[in-house]
Amino acid sequence: MAENSIITAKKAVVIGGSTGSIDVLLQVLPVLSVPLTYICIIVLHRRNTADSTLAHLLSLKTTIPVREVEDKEPVRPGIIYLAPADYHVLIERDRTFALDDSEKVNYSRPSIDVTFESAAEVFGPSLIGVLLSGANADGTAGLKAIKKKGGLLVTQLPATAQAAMMPQQAILNTQVDYILDIQGISSLLNNLNL
Amino acid sequence: MIEDEQMDLLLTDLFERYGYDFTHYARASLKRRINRVWSLDKFPSFAELRYRIRNDSEYIKRFVEELTVNVTEMFRDPFFYRALRTDVLPTLAAKPFIRIWHAGCSTGEEVFSMAILLKEAGLLHKSLLYATDINPDVLASARKGIVALSQMKQYSENYVLSGGVADFSMYYTAQYSYAKFLDELAERMVFSTHNLVSDRSFNEFDLILCRNVLIYFDKALQQRVLSLFDESLGLLSYLALGAKETLRFSTLETKYRPLNGEKIWRKIV
Repeated sequence: MAENSIITAKKAVVIGGSTGSIDVLLQVLPVLSVPLTYICIIVLHRRNTADSTLAHLLSLKTTIPVREVEDKEPVRPGIIYLAPADYHVLIERDRTFALDDSEKVNYSRPSIDVTFESAAEVFGPSLIGVLLSGANADGTAGLKAIKKKGGLLVTQLPATAQAAMMPQQAILNTQVDYILDIQGISSLLNNLNL
Repeated sequence: MIEDEQMDLLLTDLFERYGYDFTHYARASLKRRINRVWSLDKFPSFAELRYRIRNDSEYIKRFVEELTVNVTEMFRDPFFYRALRTDVLPTLAAKPFIRIWHAGCSTGEEVFSMAILLKEAGLLHKSLLYATDINPDVLASARKGIVALSQMKQYSENYVLSGGVADFSMYYTAQYSYAKFLDELAERMVFSTHNLVSDRSFNEFDLILCRNVLIYFDKALQQRVLSLFDESLGLLSYLALGAKETLRFSTLETKYRPLNGEKIWRKIV
């Protein structure tokens, strides 16, 4: 399949979501192959309380370590990184994380666009951007940046999304490579796991 | 979008012409900031942006202010302030005089939050709050003690979560779309420019707060600034950082004991 020829090792996956996306992750995480061989960063819109309940909730669904990004930490495969509340997550050229508490983007901090754009610069064609359910236009500009650097774009099938706007915006405004239901997203991610 | 080589040119200009050294700022974030000003100020090309920077010393003030992040709020992370109330201020109460440094205070919201805590603890009269920032313009704004009235709902919620029991509105008067804090709160504040990259320690303090500033620096500069704080703190004094900042990996780690839960450390050696 075309999918397999595109996908090779040393991949990085950035996943963005808003309303309705936690439910998707709760279904995807349990079926992900272990250990994870690619880099995985998740940016979800969330309340700006600085607690780690969300990381805990997600970590109950997988044996892959789930943790909130720490400033200056190296970006490693095999870990599911979660953007902390109230910070944008950026990636430096030396593949370390950098946090940023500057202005909200698309009314959001963390913003999906900010992380997607930054990851596109660093990972280029090895990057896969996945946009899930949400009632916001965040993520579309980020996917455009990923495409521009030769990466692969994936969105949740809007009909399966609790809030269709986010994937819908991306499909209308970018060249999405795969539009998948939840099971399809899981199997695409497992295909990356070499 | 600025290229890496162009960014180096700009940083060299800023340093050689104006003495601002941004070379040890975290790159990814700085690049976003430069792209942001480029687009806000509608420069048609990099050459025109660079020309303006090299030749317009008035514009530099704005440019530097935009490069640095000036997002702040009152009682941000309310539980941090609660820890200051319950764990830190009581231990400072016995001191005849309390010196506090807000490093990178931006428009002053955290300084006024601290003044309110001190007042409620009955310590404001014997405290001095030094508030510094790299940008003279944000300090001028901080000095006025004025914030947008639209923010006050959020701030009073934060205040209550921080353990505040007074009526928050007694600390300010509303004027048109602004809230002005009581002069009494500002009486014990000293505002001054200070560049953490190049300036030295200027006093000894009982508490230094530097929250969400170090995330914009690379590791080498973080270490430099932490050493500067260390030199400025006496034994048993406190250092407070932002929610995602840490003393781990720095040479200070073994000399400071973390307080439960919040990003506050006490100097023990």
